Amino acid sequence: MSDNVMTAAELHMPHDTSAGTGRIWKIFRLLSVITIIELALGFGLARHWYGEPELHHTAILFVKGTMCILSLAKAFYIVSVFMHLGDEIRNLMMTIVVPLCLFIWFITAFLWDGNSWKNLKNTNAGSKPDQTEQVVPAVIEKGAKE
Amino acid sequence: MSTTAIPTNTKWWNGGRSPFNASYGKVMMWYFLMSDAFTFGAFLISYATLRFSLNDWVDANHVFNAFPFFGHQDLPLAFVSLMTFILIFSSVTMVLAVHEGHKMNRKGVENYMILTILGGIAFLSCQAWEWTHLLTGEHFALTKSGAIEMLNTTVSHNPWGHRISGEVLTNALRHTSPDVLRSMILEHNHSATLASLKDLNANELISKIDLNEVYVGRSGPAAFGSYFFGITGFHGFHVFSGVVINIVMLAKTRLGHFEQRGHYEMIEKAGLYWHFVDLVWVFVFLCFYLI
Repeated sequence: MSDNVMTAAELHMPHDTSAGTGRIWKIFRLLSVITIIELALGFGLARHWYGEPELHHTAILFVKGTMCILSLAKAFYIVSVFMHLGDEIRNLMMTIVVPLCLFIWFITAFLWDGNSWKNLKNTNAGSKPDQTEQVVPAVIEKGAKE
Repeated sequence: MSTTAIPTNTKWWNGGRSPFNASYGKVMMWYFLMSDAFTFGAFLISYATLRFSLNDWVDANHVFNAFPFFGHQDLPLAFVSLMTFILIFSSVTMVLAVHEGHKMNRKGVENYMILTILGGIAFLSCQAWEWTHLLTGEHFALTKSGAIEMLNTTVSHNPWGHRISGEVLTNALRHTSPDVLRSMILEHNHSATLASLKDLNANELISKIDLNEVYVGRSGPAAFGSYFFGITGFHGFHVFSGVVINIVMLAKTRLGHFEQRGHYEMIEKAGLYWHFVDLVWVFVFLCFYLI
């Protein structure tokens, strides 16, 4: 059995030591550019769209969706390059990535639930009508932001 | 990028070798990070669910618009951009430390670890400033009692609701205590002094308030503070423990432990944790500051 026990030193798979740091800086620039785009979109929301929520409701959703996708791209590059998951073998990659797919259900189901909760309260179909009194006037006055 | 020769038809699952071609410690670090991702994910999803269930939340560009030494200037997103770039940069120095470790360059590892630790400390300092700013900064808010009060941002108070004006504002002013009215005058009328306002009654005080100048919001959902301090606090705790781990790694590098061992894999494992902290910040940044 002793043949089967490998030490960390043997297992340790050196990534290409001759490679320079060019790739790291490239990803750093990429992450910075994505962050700057996100910030520009955020400033756009701050300066313009938030002023007229009714008018630009779809535009706001679109901008927020774009920011979510850009964040996922950032996450991909951090995990794949900085954490070197992209350099690991497929077995290890899949044992991490496949369980994370649970998030697809997790996010969809809970956001759906939150939204339905809001609709129940707004239409007074919930079990606690007194709660709607605090919520509804704000809608009439300013319009739903989300 | 991996250039280690692995025969293409290697039978990974036949026993005798790690099917993941990685050491036990590294695989377990990945599994820990995966479970931690679910913890953070659960927090953020809980926050998002609550936000979806409410007609109104807060305007992040209004809440997070301060920058140290810039007083009351409206600078939305500026400070948090700084924090984000600090964390991204410290992630880069960390990956450079790992790179130097592959080259068995002890001096290089030490230097980049020091930079990474400094980045972590800078981030924590920024967060401490931001928390202090929120916890101590008082704002005029119309509370459920019908009066305007001065509220700071805590787990139970949120002064960041929509701005009120017109009749709602004049009604609220009639129920507001003279102390708060005086503060409202002093905020925009810089020629007034506390002594000159001392003897005025409530109606006289209200008449002195410039209704266009004073900013009064409704009190917003109290959950904002709980989620903000809870999640950024949990993330900040990760940054803190990451800094501690990195300091230990720096000490072990200096003592030559990894050189004796023949590899710098511990730096890689600490690096995984540190990058994860950066990864979580990407989503905290998205959920609290951008969206």
